[in-house]
Amino acid sequence: MPSITFIEHDGTKHVVEIDAGTTARDAAIDNDIPGIDGDCGGNCACATCHVFVADEWIDATGKAEPESNEAELLQFADDYKDNSRLACQIPVTDDLDGLVLHTPMGQH
Amino acid sequence: MATKLADIEDIYAIPLDKFNVAQPELWEAGVIEPYFDRLRKEAPVHYCAESQYGPYWSITKYNDIMEVEMNHKVFSSESSLGGITIDDPDSRGEGNDMEYPMFIAMDPPKHDAQRKTISPMFAPSHLALLADNIRARAGEIFDELPIGEEFDFVDRVSIELTTQMLAILFDFPWEDRRKLTRWSDVATGTPESGIVESWDQRTEELFECAEYFKKLWDERINEEPRKDLISMMAHADATKDMPYMEFLGNLILLIVGGNDTTRNSITGGVLALHEHPEEFAKLVADPSLIPNLASEIIRWQTPLAHMRRTALEDVEVGGKLIKAGDKVVMWYLSGNRDEEVIEDPYEFKVDRKGARRHLAFGFGVHRCVGNRLAEMQLQIVWEEILKRFSRVEVVGKPELIYSTFVRGFKTLPVILHK
Ligand code: HEM
Repeated sequence: MPSITFIEHDGTKHVVEIDAGTTARDAAIDNDIPGIDGDCGGNCACATCHVFVADEWIDATGKAEPESNEAELLQFADDYKDNSRLACQIPVTDDLDGLVLHTPMGQH
Repeated sequence: MATKLADIEDIYAIPLDKFNVAQPELWEAGVIEPYFDRLRKEAPVHYCAESQYGPYWSITKYNDIMEVEMNHKVFSSESSLGGITIDDPDSRGEGNDMEYPMFIAMDPPKHDAQRKTISPMFAPSHLALLADNIRARAGEIFDELPIGEEFDFVDRVSIELTTQMLAILFDFPWEDRRKLTRWSDVATGTPESGIVESWDQRTEELFECAEYFKKLWDERINEEPRKDLISMMAHADATKDMPYMEFLGNLILLIVGGNDTTRNSITGGVLALHEHPEEFAKLVADPSLIPNLASEIIRWQTPLAHMRRTALEDVEVGGKLIKAGDKVVMWYLSGNRDEEVIEDPYEFKVDRKGARRHLAFGFGVHRCVGNRLAEMQLQIVWEEILKRFSRVEVVGKPELIYSTFVRGFKTLPVILHK
């Protein structure tokens, strides 16, 4: 089972285990990670699962595809950065075991 | 507001090709929900060939609505095609049929640039700064209310609170703030609704609004940028040189967007908790449910009942062929009662699991930019009510608004209990 570490904006860490085949958004929602809402149910329609991928993991997760729904919605997120992703668009595989994601103060 | 059984039988007796949910009378009477129940069951994507708004498609299922929202390349919001409400500008008659371009009624990329100029106002860190002010003002309103004496909650609380919130966002002259309420009502009002006497009067008042704001704009454009909606637009590349009608359009958007919606959610929450005393008791026992309550109130009320799009090409939704140029109405109220996605949709539950999963804020690039502010306002309302009163009792029938767009209340008589 891959594990993901969520780090809140104030530095609080949460390490969670999750089944491969789900998404980082599901990992956050199922474990009540603060700062992530996931209002649309994981359909890339609301941008309330915005996370920042830790530098050392960005090659593994990849960045949001230009012109995708994800990139289009992310541009409106508060404090949007180059390493911003929507967690619902990060499928969790065994390769991502140990993934580190930073969560924002709140979703927008 | 329960519908009588006979009405339900009547609803199922209407031939589907004559079925028309876009009748403001049905909304004013508070009987619209069972009409949508039938459509979701029998014709979830439904074509109505004749209505006072012309022919239109109804999208009634949650997932179909999401699909339309996400496909803005095919389903346009563009105001010159008819914009985002079921009625077209030309229904207002010659001389009053002008467009009011605003970013909610624009497609990307222009929409995106304008939305970004004002969205920092609603960022979580900035809302946290506004919270104390909003709470203090709310407290003052509640402290002045009579105990044990009937009054209209809409006027004394819901309108006053949302108007104050808007005045804060615009840094609007405080003593004139009820002008904002009036302009909001006028912008969504029609002669039939009784808010204005004629379309001419509506146009005239909206231009008064533009003139008033023009003065504020001219002052602020010459000052250092600050964080109010006027200054933010006056200083941003995407908005500083807007043509006059677009300037007015965007103002109307920001006034209406924040006003009717939040106002009717505040009132709707009072009515819902009155009608569900067992839920109110849960809330009193556990006030940490308040954030969840806010989402449930917004789903329950769905204060904007629909958004409209115009199809740019032929496209299939739910197995039906929508033709280029057709008017497509996404009925959020119906999506929020869709039993396939929302468990027990006709139950009002303060502790509903996944309460945030409603679609009252829409989805996609136009998803409500003020949604966090609206939630915060509702949370503050209920925190301040619980501090002061044991009960808000509704003592008469609410009067509902004559509209298929704004779903809400003209009045709600209440008595407060200590
Ligand atoms: C319960 C309260 C509210 C509800 C239910 C609501 C609902 C909506 C809906 C349904 C949309 C269109 C979504 C779509 O087309 O997909 C929208 C857009 C918008 N709302 Fe709200 N709203 C609320 C409160 C507010 C507040 C408080 C503000 C600001 C003060 C606001 C400002 C806006 C603006 C500016 C847009 C246009 C966004 C865009 O086109 O990008 N709303 N809202």
